[in-house]
Parts: sequence; structure tokens; C-alpha cells
Amino acid sequence: METTIVEIEHLNKSFGNNHVLRDINLKIEKGENLVVFGKSGSGKSVLIKCLVDLIEPDEGKVVLFGKTMSDLNDDELNALRKKVGFLFQSAALYDSMTVRENLEFPLRDLKTKAKEEIEALVFEVLKSVGLEDAIDKMPSELSGGMRKRVGLARTLILKPELILYDEPTTGLDPITSKEISKLILDVQSKYHTASIIITHDVECARITSNRMIIIKDGICYAEGTFKELSESKDEWVRSFFK
Amino acid sequence: MSTDLKTASAKPLEKVIEHIENRYIKNIKSFFEEVTLLTRLILRFFKTAVKPPFEFAELIKQAYLIGYKSFPLVAITGFIMGLVLTIQSRPTLADFGAESWLPAMVAVSIIREIGPVITALIFAGKVGSGIGAELASMKVTEQIDAMEVSGMNPFKYLVVTRIAAATFMLPILVIAADAISLYGAYIGVNLKGDVSFHLFFLQVFGKLTFSDVFPAFIKTIFFGFAVGSIGCYKGYNASKGTEGVGEAANAAVVFASLAVFVLDMIAVQLTSLFDS
Repeated sequence: METTIVEIEHLNKSFGNNHVLRDINLKIEKGENLVVFGKSGSGKSVLIKCLVDLIEPDEGKVVLFGKTMSDLNDDELNALRKKVGFLFQSAALYDSMTVRENLEFPLRDLKTKAKEEIEALVFEVLKSVGLEDAIDKMPSELSGGMRKRVGLARTLILKPELILYDEPTTGLDPITSKEISKLILDVQSKYHTASIIITHDVECARITSNRMIIIKDGICYAEGTFKELSESKDEWVRSFFK
Repeated sequence: MSTDLKTASAKPLEKVIEHIENRYIKNIKSFFEEVTLLTRLILRFFKTAVKPPFEFAELIKQAYLIGYKSFPLVAITGFIMGLVLTIQSRPTLADFGAESWLPAMVAVSIIREIGPVITALIFAGKVGSGIGAELASMKVTEQIDAMEVSGMNPFKYLVVTRIAAATFMLPILVIAADAISLYGAYIGVNLKGDVSFHLFFLQVFGKLTFSDVFPAFIKTIFFGFAVGSIGCYKGYNASKGTEGVGEAANAAVVFASLAVFVLDMIAVQLTSLFDS
């Protein structure tokens, strides 16, 4: 049985003269949590945006669930994207919609689902993130941590097999950051998803990672478990964990 | 020695060329790039608009927001427009002893030109900037990206519905503005005279012809399309964070207003061709 769900080969991306990603090669297995670590501006977010074709790579191949992204037409791409959840750094909630409408929005195309079924699904994912009471609130009424939770609930509503987290704990206090990190683990065990977590929060990486990579100057500089990298002989790698 | 002189004279020339390139060529290049991108957005609009599933609910919501919510502003402007035009025109017509022509003259001015253009400019200011700011804000806060990664088609949901709503609603608003403007003109005529409602409109409709009304109506469809497209183009392609939102709203109004004048000029030329 095929267990690799993401395969990146020789990925390159530049913005003008700025080579953000250079020859990145990566594989992610089913159910695995991969943490991508690196300094700000090292290309971590660009990497996951290339994965879902929000940014088009200059060179290289991205294979998601056995399908090469560059070979897909718009309909095939949209169908494939439904298997991937994306939690944005700012949560990216639709600010003109209530929490309920935010969660129902990705289900609009699924005409087969009855209203009651959608309602149950919305409650289920909100319960998973502990925010059932916020269902009729507007995003502007939510705190940063609550917004992240609702953002995560929205990614869960389509039952994705892979979730991409872009700086899930940025801008949150240490306690809320820890709660979000634990929530990522809960989601992994409950929904059996694989995840790519972009972060520079050591605590988040410690809690969530099965495996880590560190990006430096656009290349995959180091790879290993949290323990291996935190005890690395490389001074620069170790400096991240101090 | 002569080589040095040549180099010295070449340097200022190089600077002049560089200056021209920086100042003018880049601006011209960026103008054509913008036109190309706008054309691409328009072509994508037609390609996406005809492909099911259709976003009828969002289209109706946008028609309500763009059309109904703009009505009070358009109505007030229309009324004042008719009233002022009548008051300003009366002395000149009186000098030529043609005061009785006032209702007909004002009606032709309003229906053919002033009504559509002024309403379109108000529409560009209110709706163009609104669309530009809303989409730009969604773009910089990654809401559009969020729609895209959840397998939705944000272009269809956000752009197609707004352009279509603007295209449908502006002609309706112009008809309403024209009617209210004619009522303003009726009030204006009666400020210094006594013309019955029936007689006023008898004179108005007695003078108006199909060639006054039809081209004016058709051009408002293009005005609405231009305002919607430019608002969406500026908003959908915004960057640079919060600053980009302001820039998008501002640029949407400026370019949409300019587009209204350019389209009006083309429409007038075409109409005069058919008239002759």
C-alpha cells in the first residue's frame, strides 16, 4: 500500500534575484507530522504554498496523493485541494461571515449533503476545537487563539488527509500556543491526518513533530527528529533550540 | 585626449537616456502591463461566467449591495442634477426667447449625457472603491487564498458575481436617476413658472426619440461593466498589506472614472456616426 502522500523533487523558487527555495527534496508519509523550521524569510511558507499551487514553482515536481500538481487542470486541482487543509498564519477567516458560515462555506459544492448533515458536521468540528459556543459569532469578536481554532475547524470540515499549518502559534501567548500545539496532536490522532507544520516556535515543534527539517538559505540544511536536531553537532542548528 | 572627450560627452547622454527610461518608458511599460492583465481578467470573466455551477445567491446579494444600497445616493444626486440644470439653463434660454424649450432641452441633456455619466461617476466612486477595497482586504488577509485552497473558485464567487451585478445594476440605477432628475427639472421649471406635471412630461416625451434613449441605455451597460471589472482587477491583484488596500480603492475610483469618460467618448462618436 502506498504510504507516501507528498513527494517534492528538486523544487526551486525565486522572486526576482532572491532564490527562496533551492533544490528541495522531501517526502511525507501518511499520518506523519513534519515540522519545517527556519529563520523568518527562509522560504518555509513559500514551500507549503508551492505544495497547493498557491505559488507556482519555477522548477521541480510536486506530487500529492500520487498526482503531479503541474499536470492537473483546474477541476482536478480543486478536487485534490479538498483533500488538503491549510491553516493560515492569520487564520484567514472570512470576516463578513459568522463562524457557522465560515465552516459551511467549503461545503457549498457538496450538494449531496443534507442541511442537517452539514449542521452536524459543523458542530462536530467546532467541538473538536472546543468552540461550540462561538458558532454564531463574527470573526471580529474572537481572540487570536479562537480565530486559529476556528481556522483549524474550517480546515477539518472537509476531512483532509493532509493539513498544512503556517505558523500556527505565532502571535499567541505561551499557554494558548501550547493548547494549539496539543490540538494539532489531537487532530492527528483523531482524524489520522498527516501534517506539515511551519513554525519557529521550539515548544510547538517539540510537541507536534515526528520529524523535522531546517531550511537555511533555501536549502534543506538539516533533517532529523526533535531530539537529534536539538543535540546536533552543528552550532547553527543547535542555536534554534536555545 | 579625444577618447576622453568622447567618453565625457557620452556620459551625459547615457544619463539622459537612463532618465527617459526611468521616467517614461517604465511608466508606458507598466501601463501596457496593466491593460494586458485587465484584458486577461475580462477574458477569464467571460470564460468563467458561462461555466456552471452558477453563483446565483451571491449574484443577488451583490446586486442588492451594489444596486439597492447605492439608490439613495444616486436619487439625491439625480434630483439635484435636474433641479440645478434647469435653474442654470433658464436665463440663457430666456435671453433667446426660448424658455418654452426648457423641459425638452433639459430632458435631452439628462437622458443622453448627464444622467448616465454623472450616475456612472457616482457609481465608480461608491461601488468601484468598495469592490476594490473589499477584495484587496480579502487578498492581503489571505481570505482569497483560503477559498482557493479549500477547492473553491474564488474568481467565480467574488469577481464574476461583482462584475455581473455592477453590469446589471448600473443601467437600472441610471433609469431611476433619470426619472428622479426629470422630476427635479419639473420642480426647477415651476420655481419661476407654472407648468403642470402633465404638460411638462408631454413636452419631455414629445422631444425624446429612440436615438436619445437607446444608445444612452446601452452605454450604461458598458459603464457598469467597466466599473465592476476595474474594481475587481485592482482589488484582486492588490499587494503590500494595508497600504495596498488603500491604493486599490483609490486606483479603482480613478481608473473607473477615467474609463467612464473614455467609453462615453467612444459611445458619442459611434452614436453620431449612426445619427448621420
